[in-house]
Amino acid sequence: MKFATRTLEIAGAWMLGIMWVTPLLYAAWTAFHPADFATHFDLTAPLTLGNFVRAWQAAPFARYFLNTTILVTIILVAQFLLCTPAAFAFARMEFPGRDILFGVVLLQLMVMPDVLLVGNYRTMAQLGLVDTILAIALPYLGSAFGIFLLRQTFRSVPQELDDAARLEGCTLMRRIWRVYVPLARPTYIAYGLVSVSYHWNNFLWPLVITNSVTTRPLTVGLSVFASTDQGIDWSIITAATLMTSAPLLLAFLLFQRQFVQSFMRAGIR
Amino acid sequence: MATMRRETVQAWLLVLPALLLLVAFTHWPAVATVLDSLFSTPRGSRPAHFVGLDNYAALMDDPVFWTALHNNAVYAAATIPASVILALAMALAVNTAIPGRPLLRMAYFTPTMLPMIAVANIWLFFFTPDYGLFDSIAAWFGLGRHNWLGDTATALPAMIAVAVWKEAGFFMIFYLAALQAMPPDLAEAANLEGSSRWNFFRRVTLPLLMPTTLFVLVNASINAFRLVDHVVVMTRGGPDNATTLLLYYIYETGFRFWDSSMAATLTVVLLALLGLLAWLQFGVLGKRVHYR
Repeated sequence: MKFATRTLEIAGAWMLGIMWVTPLLYAAWTAFHPADFATHFDLTAPLTLGNFVRAWQAAPFARYFLNTTILVTIILVAQFLLCTPAAFAFARMEFPGRDILFGVVLLQLMVMPDVLLVGNYRTMAQLGLVDTILAIALPYLGSAFGIFLLRQTFRSVPQELDDAARLEGCTLMRRIWRVYVPLARPTYIAYGLVSVSYHWNNFLWPLVITNSVTTRPLTVGLSVFASTDQGIDWSIITAATLMTSAPLLLAFLLFQRQFVQSFMRAGIR
Repeated sequence: MATMRRETVQAWLLVLPALLLLVAFTHWPAVATVLDSLFSTPRGSRPAHFVGLDNYAALMDDPVFWTALHNNAVYAAATIPASVILALAMALAVNTAIPGRPLLRMAYFTPTMLPMIAVANIWLFFFTPDYGLFDSIAAWFGLGRHNWLGDTATALPAMIAVAVWKEAGFFMIFYLAALQAMPPDLAEAANLEGSSRWNFFRRVTLPLLMPTTLFVLVNASINAFRLVDHVVVMTRGGPDNATTLLLYYIYETGFRFWDSSMAATLTVVLLALLGLLAWLQFGVLGKRVHYR
């Protein structure tokens, strides 16, 4: 009886697992085989990289990769530089208005810039930044999530270490840089991975704010490519799709443990 | 006194850069949106003028708005419980010594790493009439072709399926973290007392997972209003607005019809919904679960 239920559970878990990977395997099959084999399965079908080559040549994907890389880098660096001091102040300093300010920051956890397309578009238009990579990044630089996460971590840093550094005459910035940042490394890695994967994949805001090849990130480039250029050549579209997801996917497969632990850490509030 | 003042100034200086950006691109657009909703859309030579609540009245008379609201309610009511329950089931599955556990965990989690836009492309192919996967499977059972995304009855369920597939593995991670943090002697004690596994799950595991469930619920609810990338790619709100969700309708109104006032008015409705959600989280649910 017990054995039977267990077997059933294992079968169920694996059924679910197979359901979850089927879309990916199907896409991979289509992308790596000639168009004739796109929808019929034949183990003797020849493998090919031709779809990737054709996709790469059909749209400026190299430029899109560059744009996304620039975008993700700007966001990551700025978020670290901006959130670290703010998080420190909220974690370790007493000042009037602190709790109100922190409440103001936390509001962003519920109302994310993603839904404020109209308002932010107008701001960008007024700043003359429409169709720039900076405009894609700006709304995400002051990150409530980052401040919150780092504040939690900084609060767990032993006060004695901080006091020791202070006694040695370290300035405030030096204390943050020498004591707090190194001890919060796992949190930085976790936050970095979450941030990079979020912005590598972000779509709606970049779609709204960009309209040229030189600014479009991969996601928007892919959607333009899939909707207009190709009609319904699925082999090329799936190849392009896998290509754009490949860097993150490969990084995830290689550093699976790190990724999973980072997402866990970022989620435990 | 002087040192206190100095610390205050220092603290403000540390907080200010992040705070300015945050306010400029979250709080200010939210306020500006509310103001915009009270004005008309500037067109050509006619600048915006104050119209009071006219935009809201127009919204009430807009059948597409009600369709979008209804669709979003259905979408939320289906994706939230489905992805949370599946996430819990997945976490329970990979938390035991199941054969092939790392592979299984990877299978569940991988969709999380894909851009929604890539997911949409893959599923678009799936739903293609005649030679997509769904019709291929249907053909085995002797069923005819079906235009999954072109039929008002199946288009929204298709969107829901895509969202659940994408999200469940992400939420699984949080359940997994909570399960692994649970003291193992609890299960041992229950075992000694002869409590059944189901009883143990219902009486011990589930209550202990409440904070995680709340966290996941909040995220799933926000996503139900925030995640519309796949609609843009797969259906563009169609057929006949069957898959128009609130944020998609905002996008369409604001950036395809360029009616910024109506888009602002719609955004205010969305903000009100998110506000309600926040109030539910911290005001009502927050008191009932042991949190943080």
